[in-house]
Amino acid sequence: MATPEPTNTKKLQVRRYKPEENPKETYLTEETGLWAWMTTVDHKKIGLMYLGSITFFFLVAGILALILRTELLTPAQSFITADAYNQIFTLHGAIMVFFFLVPSVPAALGNFILPLQLGCKDVAFPRVNLLSYYIYVVGALFTLIAIFTGGVDTGWTFYTPYSATTGGNVMMMTFGVFILGFSSILTGLNFIVTIHRMRSPGLTWNRLSLFLWSLYATSIIQILATPVLAITLLLLTMERLLSIGIFDPALGGDPVLYQHFFWFYSHPAVYIMIVPGFGIVSEIISTFSRKHIFGYWAIALSSLAIAFIGFLVWGHHMFVAGQSSLANMVFSFLTFLVGIPTGIKIFNWLATMHRGSIDLKTPMLYIMAFLFLFSIGGFTGIMLGALSVDIHLHDTYYVVAHFHYVMMGGMVMAFLGGLHYWWPKMFGKMYNELWAKIACGLLFIGFNVTFLPQFVMGSLGMPRRYFNYLEQFQAYHQFSTIGAYIMGVAFVIMAIYLVHSLFKGKQASSNPWGSRALEWQAASPPSLHNYHHTPVIINGPYDYHKPMSEFQLGIADSHNGHDPHHQKDIETKSVEADK
Amino acid sequence: MNRLSDFMLPPARSTLAGEVDALFNFINVVSLILLIGITIAIIYFAIRYRRKSDDDTTPLITHNSKLEITWSVIPLILVMIVFGWGYSGYLTMTNAPDDAYEIRVIAKSWLWEFHYQDGQTSINELHVPENRPVKLIMSSDDVLHSFYVPDFRVKMDVIPNRYTSVWFEATGPGESVIYCAEYCGSAHSQMLADVIVHTQDDFDLWLEAGDAIDEDLTPVELGRQLVERQGCLACHSTDGSTLQGPTFLDIMGRERLLTDGTTVTIDENYLRQSILEPNTQVADGFPPIMPSYAGSLSDRQIDAIIEYLKTLD
Repeated sequence: MATPEPTNTKKLQVRRYKPEENPKETYLTEETGLWAWMTTVDHKKIGLMYLGSITFFFLVAGILALILRTELLTPAQSFITADAYNQIFTLHGAIMVFFFLVPSVPAALGNFILPLQLGCKDVAFPRVNLLSYYIYVVGALFTLIAIFTGGVDTGWTFYTPYSATTGGNVMMMTFGVFILGFSSILTGLNFIVTIHRMRSPGLTWNRLSLFLWSLYATSIIQILATPVLAITLLLLTMERLLSIGIFDPALGGDPVLYQHFFWFYSHPAVYIMIVPGFGIVSEIISTFSRKHIFGYWAIALSSLAIAFIGFLVWGHHMFVAGQSSLANMVFSFLTFLVGIPTGIKIFNWLATMHRGSIDLKTPMLYIMAFLFLFSIGGFTGIMLGALSVDIHLHDTYYVVAHFHYVMMGGMVMAFLGGLHYWWPKMFGKMYNELWAKIACGLLFIGFNVTFLPQFVMGSLGMPRRYFNYLEQFQAYHQFSTIGAYIMGVAFVIMAIYLVHSLFKGKQASSNPWGSRALEWQAASPPSLHNYHHTPVIINGPYDYHKPMSEFQLGIADSHNGHDPHHQKDIETKSVEADK
Repeated sequence: MNRLSDFMLPPARSTLAGEVDALFNFINVVSLILLIGITIAIIYFAIRYRRKSDDDTTPLITHNSKLEITWSVIPLILVMIVFGWGYSGYLTMTNAPDDAYEIRVIAKSWLWEFHYQDGQTSINELHVPENRPVKLIMSSDDVLHSFYVPDFRVKMDVIPNRYTSVWFEATGPGESVIYCAEYCGSAHSQMLADVIVHTQDDFDLWLEAGDAIDEDLTPVELGRQLVERQGCLACHSTDGSTLQGPTFLDIMGRERLLTDGTTVTIDENYLRQSILEPNTQVADGFPPIMPSYAGSLSDRQIDAIIEYLKTLD
């Protein structure tokens, strides 16, 4: 007796759906009005709300940076006091890290793009998504209150025992960051469930875009690491409010324990910040080289490897903190291991460009800048991982320059590349390409002028977080300040042409870059529920050797009357649905 | 290579510096070669494979296992070299020779105190002999600090309730800067000191003569020198401006409100009390953070400081 073989594939009737051009009804024209926006559960609107918020915080923290750099033009006090300086560098760091870098790609761009790339209407838990935005806002409010009620001068790391004894409103600030962590956890949870459960028919794990892989890896870190930060900040609060000795030696605590706790979150957090950037780089390089990504699995798995090893290297922040030699050796070793998957990514991206058809549009320029700057960030990271050299360089401007090359040269460049890449999809408008390229070039020059001298200064022994400094460093500081002003000009230009494009920009087509990724099969801007059909995926997002028509398939709906010419029976092997 | 390290590194003035600098140069040179390679590839590809028309097609190349292994293994070998080199240098830096001359270091916000084996002390000036290993046993009186001498390539955090140590062997007489490298509050960037390297004979002389204070100085002149040398000026100005502590200008005879609400008239006794037990009568509006100078200043030195303060009006 022959029994039918059990199968988890099924046949689907599909037809071709071309994306609508110049759509009349989009998510921007429906459900308008302040209340509709504030209560929206649409992932695109929430993404834009995040985008607005992080832009605001980037502006604030950026202005703070300019104040710091201006003060550092002279070795002695010029226009702010030492205490003001200490508060400003604390805020610059804390705001950039917690309110801009961590949510920038996942919460703003990720929220917008993730469901579009999965071909679904929204994330798995739309209301939780809105909740996470409001948690972010509440966390931000607490932080703002802290700033206006005494300020915080501990540095963004809140090291004990200084943070347990200094004046100012440290409690309010840590409470803000504590709340913020839950926003991050909920977003991560939402993304993981959405990627697992809501992929379109045929969107198997090996057809997932690398941006989604990077968001997946990031979400895992967010869920596992953020609670540790919450616990640490809670312990800090207990110590300050209830005088329970945990970290403060005066109460019998151990200040180095705090550093372990703090970096157990904050080192993985570095990867929360940079891994989504890797995803954007993969998308843009493939699209603008019009070529299949090289080493799909190498890139996808290296993200997961970084997420995993990234948990085990926190001790390299404490090489001179009184840690045992054995611990230092182990942490140094693991730190070098994490460099390998990062190197693999760089080489795979270069190989993708090889023999491609490279279009030097603005997003691609940002990604080329990323490859250069992030490589410098990586090499200087190797330098800092070497134990004997780190003893000399630890807590100097060398470290400051290193993490700015990673965070700004890497992450912010990738974010800006992504912003320019998806701008037409988000708003349906094109920006001025010439001005965009000018701003990108200025930013690249300004960035290097700012931070290259800091490598030299740091190697020469200039410690970080110094309000005054010895005169021998003045030339380097002045160079650095000029670079910061150049970057400021670049951001002003960017703000002008982006805002201009919203009102006067040319209408964008649905797929202005000719990408094969799924989000470009939605209209620009997408309709409220993204697609009017259920997309069916038979190719990967980088299959540039396949005709565009194969990327525009959806489940045929007999009620709509389909065009028999494009009707196609999909073999069971080529379309695997989830059920 | 030498030019690179001359430009990027401070003078090498301890026996530890050579190995650190060699590794620093090695990583820089290898990184530079790789970075130039990557940059040339980016630029070359962008020009050579520039899009000619919208109908360009590209070859389907999905992966190449041999290449993947190559560019994983070669960097792995390179970083393992760096790891081993860095760790062996680090072992030398952490294990002080048994015959090292020990000096006790106490960090306070915001000054460095050094206690020598024969009872001698100095503030913000570390005196050491040349060509002899010196081991510092360090602790902090308040928050975290970090002892950093770029010229020696040594750094170590200084922690309350725990001893940390660092050692070095200076290679010749001269002066180098000591920085505090762990953020410690308002005057973090003023927490500087000097390390003065003597020949062994000079060092012995210095230990005998103490702080080499000229006995012939007038009390006012001696007081002026002490105020400069003991780190007072990090927090107390002499021109009327407010730093972390009240200014010294016109201090004598002034009425001062204290944090407990009482008022004192500043006289010799108040000044002496404030130097020896600074946090018993704290001026209103200032944090109780001044370290005590009991044991590190003699009566004659305190007298001299008071005489000097009287002249500031």
